[in-house]
Amino acid sequence: MQLLKLNSTVKFMKLRIPAMLVSALLILGSITSLAINQLNWGLDFTGGTLIEVGYPEAAKLDEIRIQLNEAGFPDAVVQNFGSSQDVLIRIAPREGVKAAQIGDEIMASLRADGADVDMRRIEFVGPQVGEELTEQGGLAMLTALICILLYVMMRFEWRFALGSVAALAHDVIITLGLFSVLQLEFDLTILAAILAVIGYSLNDTIVVSDRIRENFRKIRKEEPEGIINISLTQTLNRTIITSVTTILVLLALFFKGGALIHGFSTALLFGVVIGTYSSIYISSSVALLLGISKEDLIPEQVEKEGEDLDPLL
Amino acid sequence: MLNKTPIWKYFLVIIVLGMCALYAMPNLYGEDHAIQISASRNAVVNEQLLTRVESTLAAAEIETKRSELDADKLLIRLFDADTQLVARETIQRALGDDYIVAMNLAPDTPEWLANLGGAPMKLGLDLRGGVHFLMEVDMNSAIAKAQEDLVGDFRTSLREEKLRYRSVKPVGQNVQVQFRDQDTLDSAKFFLRNRNGDLLFTERDGLVLDVAFSENRLRLIRDNAVKQNITIIRERVNQLGVAEPVVQKQGAERIVVQLPGIQDTAKAKEILNATATLEFRMVDEDNDVRDALNGRVPPSSILLNDRAGQPYLLKKRVMLTGNHIVDANSGVDEYGVPQVNISLDSKGGNKMSQGTKDNIGNPMATVFIEYKTTGERDANGNLIFEKKEEIISVATIQARLGASFRITGLDSPKEARDLALLLRAGALIAPISIVEERTVGPSLGAENIQLGMIAIQSGLALVLIFMLIYYKAFGVVANIALVTNLVMIVGIMSMIPGATLTLPGMAGIVLTVGMAVDANVLIYERIREEIREGRSPQQAIHHGYDSAFSTILDANITTFIAGLILFAIGTGPIKGFSITLMIGIITSMFTAIVVTRVLVNAVWGGRRIEKLWI
Repeated sequence: MQLLKLNSTVKFMKLRIPAMLVSALLILGSITSLAINQLNWGLDFTGGTLIEVGYPEAAKLDEIRIQLNEAGFPDAVVQNFGSSQDVLIRIAPREGVKAAQIGDEIMASLRADGADVDMRRIEFVGPQVGEELTEQGGLAMLTALICILLYVMMRFEWRFALGSVAALAHDVIITLGLFSVLQLEFDLTILAAILAVIGYSLNDTIVVSDRIRENFRKIRKEEPEGIINISLTQTLNRTIITSVTTILVLLALFFKGGALIHGFSTALLFGVVIGTYSSIYISSSVALLLGISKEDLIPEQVEKEGEDLDPLL
Repeated sequence: MLNKTPIWKYFLVIIVLGMCALYAMPNLYGEDHAIQISASRNAVVNEQLLTRVESTLAAAEIETKRSELDADKLLIRLFDADTQLVARETIQRALGDDYIVAMNLAPDTPEWLANLGGAPMKLGLDLRGGVHFLMEVDMNSAIAKAQEDLVGDFRTSLREEKLRYRSVKPVGQNVQVQFRDQDTLDSAKFFLRNRNGDLLFTERDGLVLDVAFSENRLRLIRDNAVKQNITIIRERVNQLGVAEPVVQKQGAERIVVQLPGIQDTAKAKEILNATATLEFRMVDEDNDVRDALNGRVPPSSILLNDRAGQPYLLKKRVMLTGNHIVDANSGVDEYGVPQVNISLDSKGGNKMSQGTKDNIGNPMATVFIEYKTTGERDANGNLIFEKKEEIISVATIQARLGASFRITGLDSPKEARDLALLLRAGALIAPISIVEERTVGPSLGAENIQLGMIAIQSGLALVLIFMLIYYKAFGVVANIALVTNLVMIVGIMSMIPGATLTLPGMAGIVLTVGMAVDANVLIYERIREEIREGRSPQQAIHHGYDSAFSTILDANITTFIAGLILFAIGTGPIKGFSITLMIGIITSMFTAIVVTRVLVNAVWGGRRIEKLWI
């Protein structure tokens, strides 16, 4: 069985100008949304208190709001989480004496009328910690991009390196844009998901670049554009199958993994789709744009990777 | 002939897989609800205790599964969570304060496996329930305290050396000593510099010697403050009766505290967060309290209230501070009045003895000092702490006190217990406060495990089916590799002592399952291409594996870099995710390249075949 029976080369690069335009528009839109709507920063970054409680029956949110109002938390945001019995209460960080005690006070006030409330989780993050995390998160993203840039530069060529990093930046910005447009909560697990997207998209890009390099050496009489088309066609089946298996498990995670990792799987699902597209269009287009040519890839007697190692197989 | 596997490779695969499978096994056995008993002080865990506990449980008609006696702890395994709660209360009542009785989930690993070092994966707090605290040490107080000590030290040593000074006082973060003439300043500078290598001395106008802490000394002060806090928190955590607590330094001035399975978070916080110390001072009877209340407080005294609001005038000189306390126990005296018995270290005992010898018959006040955070921060972003001083007892010194004495005048036995607990935990150099808390209730923890397991199973099932349909015979090989991969991840996670499985970690495993087939897909697509180009099946397999290898290596190394960075910056759950991701990358490379090759060679290699089922 074969997914696509491709007898002739698909002319991917013919569409590279429209694809670039679409990507540019998406990036522009994402940046605009990030500037206007910003991200819906989660508790991890803003600081504050979050309490998840479980009721034996469907919870009456209005009553909870009244209870909390009376207990001195008029700013509490009360909403269902996952199911009608689960309630999520958020309280913004406040200047006050007992920051760390808020969680316990809320539990006490909810239980005051004898209701059978199950404490599922309490999270309190001091504003200072949140600020540091935002800094660290941004730094981590940059470090990851730079390290990857260096590695690809070492293994391939600077044009490929720039191409793959451009693809990564493209994926990250558009995924962040989606979270901004839909105002999905951006917490620490989403950051982890985005780093995983970087890993995945890179995986894809490397496979394609590897094939392009190989073909530049193998096929002597073909233009760079043609070689890229041939390479993309040859790797297309693999690209699609890996995306399919990854999307399959992510769907399992999205539907079965519970409300806590909903955001995580959403970010990954979207990121995998974008990452697959970018490995086809962005990284190779950028390398082409920067003028990748045969001469760059066949310098004096390139050794094949791993040839000097003992064969593992 | 192509595609034959050398013998050593069979051995390698068998040994690696065997080891991983062996160490993955403990995870199949589940966990017992258990009670863990350890000695708190002056008590020992031995056979007698075991018999005592067993008879107590038998009397309460609680069935036990098994009891284990270790070097310093006793483990009682029970059948379910309900009896666990009852058993804990029963045992605690019977044993009293001398033992720490904690609820625990003890892995039910068979003995032969445990002897090989086998143990199940550690579950993160989000999976087993519990509290995670991040606490911050107030470094300003630590430095202020060191400064105070320095002032006292300078005064005494200069006086002893007969070097006359005009004043010694703290200024900013430094200490300034003023002299009357240049000669004394010079000799004092020489003398002090010889004694204190890590201080910086500068002369200022007006015969002032400015003394600053060097960077080294400041770092030492900070390190000590954190270290002492960690010691004290460990002590306090033990009082809480938690089975496997974690107390660790994080960064320069923070401490992570993890208490698995704790139910009463309010109590935990109260005990961890209260920073208390005691000071013993003489009551100033030479001056009138009423004068002081009107604003005429003598310079050598301070005005403090007791719990009822009654003001007292106390001598400023502290006779003894709480950090000399080695033990404190609550109890009742012969009339049933609650009291706290305090034992001091030898230095404290001497001080107490010196201080009380000329004061028999005079009243001595016990001042309880608590630092509580106001939740606000100063300009530097450090938490502001509030010092609350309160007299908890004023008692007449009946006799010269030594290294052990008692405080009375407490309202209730409960208060005596609480005070003893706080005193036992010692006195802090620097107060701490909670800057981050994550509490997961036990019900959510159990639910998270279940959800994670379902996600892994359904994800795995989907991929297995897909691969089987798409690659047929070779799909079976890839599927064997995939399942082997999962076993390896679990085995390695169980082998690494520091690795904990968290919910994002489970998500990482799911993701690995999806991505692990990539290596096989790369190889198989390559083999198909080779066949299309007209190579024989054997050659196609050979070339397929060979040419896919460097691609797989590059692709995985870059993903590994992303994982490493996540590990370096992430905390808690994120670290868990990156660990499973990285382990998954390594194991999937091994299974997809080595294990499948061995399988493929064994089935198809070394003979003539016309067609490949791929």
